[in-house]
Amino acid sequence: MSFFSRYRILLPVISLAVLLAATFYMQPRAMSYFGLNLLFNLAVPIALATIAQMMILMVNDIDLSIGAFVSLVACVTATFLNDAPLLGLLILAALILAYAAMGAVIDALDLPAIVVTLGMSFVWGGLALFILPSPGGAAPGWLRTLMTVKPPFMPMAVVAAILIAFVTHMLIIRSGFGTVLRGVGGNARAISRAGLSVTRLKAWAYGLAGLFGVLAGMALVGLTTAADANIALRYTLLSIAGVILGGGEFTGGKVSPTGAVIGALTLTLAASFLSFLRLSPDWQIGSQGAILILVLTARLVFSRKGDAA
Amino acid sequence: MSEHESAPIVTLTDAAKHFGPVRALDGVSLSVRPGDCLGLVGHNGAGKSTLVYLVNGGFAPSAGEIAFPGAANAAEAGVRSVFQELSLCPNLTVAENLRISNRGLTGIGWRRPARKVITESLDRIFPGHGIDPDAEVDTLPIAERQMVEIAIGFAPRGTEARLVILDEPTSSLDAGIAEQLLTHIKSFCASGGAVIFISHMLGEVFQVASRIIVLKDGRIVAERPTAEFSRQGLVEAMGHVAAEGTGQAAEAVRHTGEIVIRTEQGLTARAGEIVGLSGLAGHGQAQALAKLFLSQSSNWRAGHDPKSVFVAGDRPRDGILPLWSILKNMSISFLRQIERWGVVDRAAERAMTEEWKKRIGIRTDDVTNPVLSLSGGNQQKVLFARALASTAPVVIMDDPMRGVDVGTKQDVYAMIRDEATRGRTFLWYSTETEEVCQCDRVFVFRNGEISAELTPPNITEERILEASFHMQEAS
Repeated sequence: MSFFSRYRILLPVISLAVLLAATFYMQPRAMSYFGLNLLFNLAVPIALATIAQMMILMVNDIDLSIGAFVSLVACVTATFLNDAPLLGLLILAALILAYAAMGAVIDALDLPAIVVTLGMSFVWGGLALFILPSPGGAAPGWLRTLMTVKPPFMPMAVVAAILIAFVTHMLIIRSGFGTVLRGVGGNARAISRAGLSVTRLKAWAYGLAGLFGVLAGMALVGLTTAADANIALRYTLLSIAGVILGGGEFTGGKVSPTGAVIGALTLTLAASFLSFLRLSPDWQIGSQGAILILVLTARLVFSRKGDAA
Repeated sequence: MSEHESAPIVTLTDAAKHFGPVRALDGVSLSVRPGDCLGLVGHNGAGKSTLVYLVNGGFAPSAGEIAFPGAANAAEAGVRSVFQELSLCPNLTVAENLRISNRGLTGIGWRRPARKVITESLDRIFPGHGIDPDAEVDTLPIAERQMVEIAIGFAPRGTEARLVILDEPTSSLDAGIAEQLLTHIKSFCASGGAVIFISHMLGEVFQVASRIIVLKDGRIVAERPTAEFSRQGLVEAMGHVAAEGTGQAAEAVRHTGEIVIRTEQGLTARAGEIVGLSGLAGHGQAQALAKLFLSQSSNWRAGHDPKSVFVAGDRPRDGILPLWSILKNMSISFLRQIERWGVVDRAAERAMTEEWKKRIGIRTDDVTNPVLSLSGGNQQKVLFARALASTAPVVIMDDPMRGVDVGTKQDVYAMIRDEATRGRTFLWYSTETEEVCQCDRVFVFRNGEISAELTPPNITEERILEASFHMQEAS
């Protein structure tokens, strides 16, 4: 086995380092506490949404509703959570439960997740429009303070990314419960033969995804101070790209939380990098896609070499 | 022994299991006591797997009763099962897979005891196994995966193992490793454990079982101590008059044509020849075949006529399309032959599938049933039919007879010989010496290289074993 296929985390790390070096070369002033925070602070909600997507990919499903869900959470945060905190918290808790129920239903009725989540994305989007028909609302003060805190030595965005990676690594990779959850993606039949309920485990995985989706929406409002029903729609594709960029696989329960966070950072950075290149915004989405294809090609080349060796 | 110890671990009274109109198991009475080693034999579809699922609590019986004296359910009674189709999570490490079945492993630092338990269990059953408990399962060869699965079956998991059901445990293991397992089963039973041993390798059943149960069409047709069975008697009880020992000595040497395959490793095959690949399991035979097949099939400019087809041994991974019907699973290889202006001719597809169903004897009423409704051996027949129905002149077979019963094997051997006389070339990797002895020429592999090439008078178990172990002498 080659070096790269043994240490899957290396490739995401190298991609991020190369992109970061290129950005610093283009714009040396970014190499500062303030610059790094500016580059990465929007990566925090994306990283959280990527982790949410990872929970779903981990059990061999895919979530096409996470962008709409994060938008809905943002709307709830900017209205109810700000005006009536208790009611706001109850709504957010209910949303997490709804996600868990969605997972249980998908498994119990053997429905394709891609269809159910696509359908649910319209439900979330509709609710968001219902709550906030036009952009507005306000971030709760404590959330605003949390997202603009200035810790010593490292900017908030970097600290947050490390914290998210650490917590989810402990939860998914190290803990026994996380191991069983990954096992569902690897071989669900083995899990049910061992006497565990796959339906319950999938509900847990979806519930965790809901939790991280809620955190993503709250973090986003903390940064933007207001919300809009369409604020996070692009998160759906960004989060899938982030998981894959971070060394995860679409099937087989092969995921890496640390990689997913790094993938989210890389995608955010790619957008800034392209702005520094003075690339017209019309071309940016396409260029982001090109960067994604480049990294995935590199991964394929290395894993092929690994198989041949 | 206390009274509790000698009480049966599980008792079945007239247990039956029906799937719709199919009577998979039709009234079986059985009890397993500590110290028993039960050999369970029967041809494919006789109900062995269903019986296993009843005993391990996977199915509730449709009629009759199952009791675990002294325990509430199968898990509490210490009933474990090791399945024919591998049931490990390939994305997890060996130690993490133990965690799946042992919920007792909790808290911070659960990995350390998990590693210890699985390593101890592997050491006990397969001394000198060399498996790293931190290796991810999908990086292990299939034989080592099976070893891990067996080790998990015997490992303490909150409860001690009291009854371990082994379904074709040796099908992917080579002779030496299988011997280690049989030795362990004997000592496990001697110390008060019980084993239900399911195998198509009758030699092994005779070696370990204290009692043999013959299952046929969902019923027990014979249950006697091993000593009262003869090999011939056992085969007859199963309902197949197989030619055990009469030997399938190759018929008159077939006319074989020019060389159609030549690899860098030195593997050659002529048109119309059956070439065997042998040696200990996991010594590069499967890789050699896979490499050969991919080199012949992955050229997208190659046109529509396949140069070779592949019969997979690892059915769930390489063979079956699980969501499709038997019909579609079989017809995928010959769709090109029956299409008209790019559209599949449904009637021709159906006719051809029905014909192959008859020729190869697939046990189903309706070929539009899902392929997973078939037993393992019958699924394998579908894969054979898929390969033989294509026009490819070369058939590559990667240990295709795993878990296939004696009768089916004889049918398939005859079919392979028949196809070979018509000019098809077969490359056949097998872990069973009996199958390799059917071949016209045998390459023995060792450490990923060919250590010997044997031709008819020399194709014997001794010569193969010799070449598997002593490379210098053979070359």
